Amino acid sequence: MDTFIQQIINGLVLGSIYALVALGYTLVYGILGLINFAHGEVVMIGALSALTVIKLLAGSGLPGIAVVAIGVLVAVPLCMALGYGIERVAYRPLRQAPRLAPLITAIGMSIVLQQLAMIFWGRNYHSFPPILPETGREIGDAYISDLQIAILLLAAAIMAGLMLLINRTRLGRAMRATAENPQIAGLMGVNINAIISATFLIGSALAAVAGVMVSANYSIAHYQMGFILGLKAFTAAVLGGIGNVPGAMLGGLLLGLIESLGAGYIGDLTGGFLGSHYQDVFAFFVLILVLVFRPSGLMGEKVAERA
Amino acid sequence: MPEALQSEEAGADGRGDGGAAARRPLLEVRDLQVSYGGIAAVRGISLEVAAGEMVCLIGANGAGKTTTLKALARLLPARGAIDYRGESLLQRAPHELIGAGLALVPEGRGVFARLSVAENLAMGAYCRRDRDGIAADLEHIHALLPRLKERAGQLAGTLSGGEQQMLALGRALMSRPQLLLLDEPSMGLAPIMVQRVFEVIRRVAAEGVTILLVEQNARLALSVAARGYVMESGAITLAGEAAALLADPKVREAYLGE
Repeated sequence: MDTFIQQIINGLVLGSIYALVALGYTLVYGILGLINFAHGEVVMIGALSALTVIKLLAGSGLPGIAVVAIGVLVAVPLCMALGYGIERVAYRPLRQAPRLAPLITAIGMSIVLQQLAMIFWGRNYHSFPPILPETGREIGDAYISDLQIAILLLAAAIMAGLMLLINRTRLGRAMRATAENPQIAGLMGVNINAIISATFLIGSALAAVAGVMVSANYSIAHYQMGFILGLKAFTAAVLGGIGNVPGAMLGGLLLGLIESLGAGYIGDLTGGFLGSHYQDVFAFFVLILVLVFRPSGLMGEKVAERA
Repeated sequence: MPEALQSEEAGADGRGDGGAAARRPLLEVRDLQVSYGGIAAVRGISLEVAAGEMVCLIGANGAGKTTTLKALARLLPARGAIDYRGESLLQRAPHELIGAGLALVPEGRGVFARLSVAENLAMGAYCRRDRDGIAADLEHIHALLPRLKERAGQLAGTLSGGEQQMLALGRALMSRPQLLLLDEPSMGLAPIMVQRVFEVIRRVAAEGVTILLVEQNARLALSVAARGYVMESGAITLAGEAAALLADPKVREAYLGE
């Protein structure tokens, strides 16, 4: 039972990070019908750039939380600029091209960013300096650290804010209208290019925050970290129904839980034949199952359009 | 745009007479050509719409009517001249038109199915910042189309075809247009709904909004419009007062089924 609660906690933390990244995929897909495969790299650059700032300030005497906050405040605008640039360079020129073309530039962009990060930050793992208080609390036999609580609360607040933005503001309404029919949205006076840029800016800001959360939670960052993380968040977005915003949140949380519970029990279930390092298998197993049995995802397409 | 929705002084027949009868038309199209990948769909047509007037463009399926409207709304590349309020529209992007008072109600309605009725209407006022004016226009549109008020919270995709057409009209009116381009508003609607939609169009015209109406249902279009153009294979073959066209033997035979 203690394993169960513990893995639920771990799964929710991991899942809320997946959800933040998955939102970036789903927002862009909703508007452009394009999978931005370079999105995982934005997460990675968010993590590494924040970590660079955090390491610089670690000995400055500022409180740990303030140092991390400054790291986030540097990483967010940097990633927003990066996301904006990716769209301008790799996708906008190919707006009218066959769908395969931007997919290829997305993969190319991902490789370029990974290599640039390797040149800039090196091949080594960067560890997160121990500046955050290592306190926490017991829940029965399970344990949740204050950092995990902070991640959960911050992720929940960001997602609530995003829902408000999308459902209650003029920009959000224009984003939804553009996602449904860009030509008609244009007739209403919506500048489609501006909406697309806004979508990349928002997704990249979420990616930056998620990057810092990952590196703080696992105390590590690396130039290749964006690849698997990006694929898993993409899986989460597909699980929830790609293009569907609440779906990405649900998909992220579910995927985190599935992975965490799977890793916690896979040893027992296979009599010790497979260990928790098979954790990554679950995400892709889920991806295959969803694609085979419910390609529209859990929350995809709920409104039937009448004539 | 003071002569839009609230103005009640325009003539009830849709021909607004603001006094200056000889001024330039609101919309002036000359030698408009549109082609799809080398195939000419619109072959050098010219037409005019004066401020306050309702003009219809009739013709069979495939004559190039919708293509013409799409070119006017800058959704398709075109050659020739499109002058609106004395300015060329050819270099304008589609999203710049509505702010200039030009709104298109597209063929097939084009409501945002996953947005609520109220949100669809709000999208019509996307370019406006005058909160009070928007609220007043919303009230006016709710009075004109009470169904939209009853269904404000409902997703537009769940409305019937006729209600969606009303919503598309209401949404365009929320931009407080000076010139309204209507593409086949009767398409796919039950006869009773068609009557209601055209009643609303008549009232909008009576309020002083200039309308260019594209319609396959020639009898209906000519019964509400002041003037008409007949389009055939990408060219305008006849033009004149609606009453004259209704009486024209060629029109009667080809488009009125007589």
